[in-house]
Amino acid sequence: MTQAMVQVDGLIRRYAGRAVIENLSFAVQPGEILGLVGPDGAGKTTTLRILAGVLPADSGGARVAAQDVLHDPEAVKSVISYMPQHFGLYEDLTVDENIRFYAELFEVAAAAREQRARELLAACGMTPFRRRLAGQLSGGMKRKLGLVCALIHSPQVLLLDEPTTGVDPVSRRELWGILYSLVFGGVTVLISTAYFDEAERCHRLLLLHRGRQLFWGTPAELKGMLPGAVLSIASTDPERLRAALAGADGLLSAMAMGDALHVVVNEPARRIPELRTRLEAAHLAFDGITTVAATVEDVFAYMVSREPDQRGRRP
Amino acid sequence: MSEAFSIVVDELVKRFRRFTAVNRISFSVARGEIFGLLGPNGSGKSTTIRMLCGLLTPTAGRVSVVGFDVARDPEEVRQHIGYMSQKFSLYNDLRVVENLEFFAGLYGVKGAQLTERIAWALEMAGLNGGEELITGDLAGGWKQRLALGCAVMHRPRVLLLDEPTAGVDPLSRRLFWELIHQMSADGVTVLVTTHYMDEAEYCNRLALIEAGRLVATGSPSELKRGAIRGDLLLVECAPLGRGLEIIKRQPGVLDAAVFGAALHVVVGAADRARAELPAALASAGVATSRIEPIAPSLEDAFVALAGKRHDLGATQ
Repeated sequence: MTQAMVQVDGLIRRYAGRAVIENLSFAVQPGEILGLVGPDGAGKTTTLRILAGVLPADSGGARVAAQDVLHDPEAVKSVISYMPQHFGLYEDLTVDENIRFYAELFEVAAAAREQRARELLAACGMTPFRRRLAGQLSGGMKRKLGLVCALIHSPQVLLLDEPTTGVDPVSRRELWGILYSLVFGGVTVLISTAYFDEAERCHRLLLLHRGRQLFWGTPAELKGMLPGAVLSIASTDPERLRAALAGADGLLSAMAMGDALHVVVNEPARRIPELRTRLEAAHLAFDGITTVAATVEDVFAYMVSREPDQRGRRP
Repeated sequence: MSEAFSIVVDELVKRFRRFTAVNRISFSVARGEIFGLLGPNGSGKSTTIRMLCGLLTPTAGRVSVVGFDVARDPEEVRQHIGYMSQKFSLYNDLRVVENLEFFAGLYGVKGAQLTERIAWALEMAGLNGGEELITGDLAGGWKQRLALGCAVMHRPRVLLLDEPTAGVDPLSRRLFWELIHQMSADGVTVLVTTHYMDEAEYCNRLALIEAGRLVATGSPSELKRGAIRGDLLLVECAPLGRGLEIIKRQPGVLDAAVFGAALHVVVGAADRARAELPAALASAGVATSRIEPIAPSLEDAFVALAGKRHDLGATQ
């Protein structure tokens, strides 16, 4: 077993008497992409900031590249790169000038710098824009430039806080293409996201909700935790189908989509004919029942539904 | 006049100085339909929805809502729409019931109707017994459903939702969409903006919007079916990086990219590729453990449709 590149044990951080992250324990292997997945307020940013050595923890352990982050935060800074949600680009500097600034900051040797910049810009499709002011780039291009700057010193561990939020899908795919080429080269990536479909792109997931760790493992392992199977019933009126199927045997949940009803059932082989009979008896038109792959969001919603109800703090 | 369409947008344009935020957009939304505007940040979604509410004046083009022209009859239009913005415009230091009363007052809801609507909104939001909670203390999902309750105190026929679920947990998001589907079944027309590809699947029909232009419209399944030229395959092989290099060089392969622990490969013909790719990979020392067709996602559709014009780079 190789030594983990990131090792976190019982990590706790409190803020104003409340645990912002509660007892997190996980590890990331070299060359792996770990996705920190959860809604706003889940603790994604806090976790990344602690690992980047910019925020102290209250208790627990965190090691990055064999360095103890909590006791010696400066030691990790040469091997990691941390890209916060609002990465500090200078809008009145050009693409090239921003890269040069970060190269100086990270003390990248001048000889290595140009070669590295050229490769990274080419991978991002940004070579034609080297002389453009950063302020005149689109949102997706700004994120890509941020990534180039964060990578200029060839870090071993990359910590990315929601790099794809609001980014157009084409730029988002390019960003992921870059991450995959980095991990093939041995770089370890921790990336937070609020997009559940994006979680499928990670090797392992850490699902967080209100500071608590719901799950740590591969997307395939996660999906194995959903009891039953997801069926899609194609229909132009899914809401009527939902009403008609309420209370059917073995039906665990039902969700109306735009042009289909998605249901979770306990025994698909037995339930599909039963559902079909029930819909036909109600004279409701539908266009086939198919088994669809459960999504990360399906499982996350199932897990949250089993948590104690907390509408908010009492006044 | 015919009211088959609750919303009609015709050649709508909005310019801010030299920047064209919305560029000749046209679409219609049928009564009771859930229509989604899907696009990245800065694509013009919020600008469009604000012109629909009458909050922004279009540079050119027309908008009508339930038969009234937004430019000529803004007051009439406002009585028929409910609008919920990205930031849930609630007063955080007011109690839950005070927010409901405030919005009801704005829309002129009074008397027995007021009592009935407040009871309905509390029930819908799951806030029965929570009337006296301070709004700012509510967790995201409850705040969001309270904002929805406030937006529909006056029983509007058209509901405009601007990024209503950004950042809330998935269970709250699902509860929210259940409510939207019930309102739509009751005849309310819904227009919603989102940048979440997976969320767009909740809409009956979608318009993909990028850089102020409408790229395509259709139901989620129509868009997914029509967008990709060729078939999409999932390929699991090891080592993955080497597999990608080999596959990219094979005839009949239109596109290939890593997706998690597997590859997504677009090919001209799935049957032929399934027969040929494993052998090509094996001869390069790459073992294939799985190769099968998968359904394209909305993101695949968006990339295929938008990607063609994507080498522009800048905001204009």
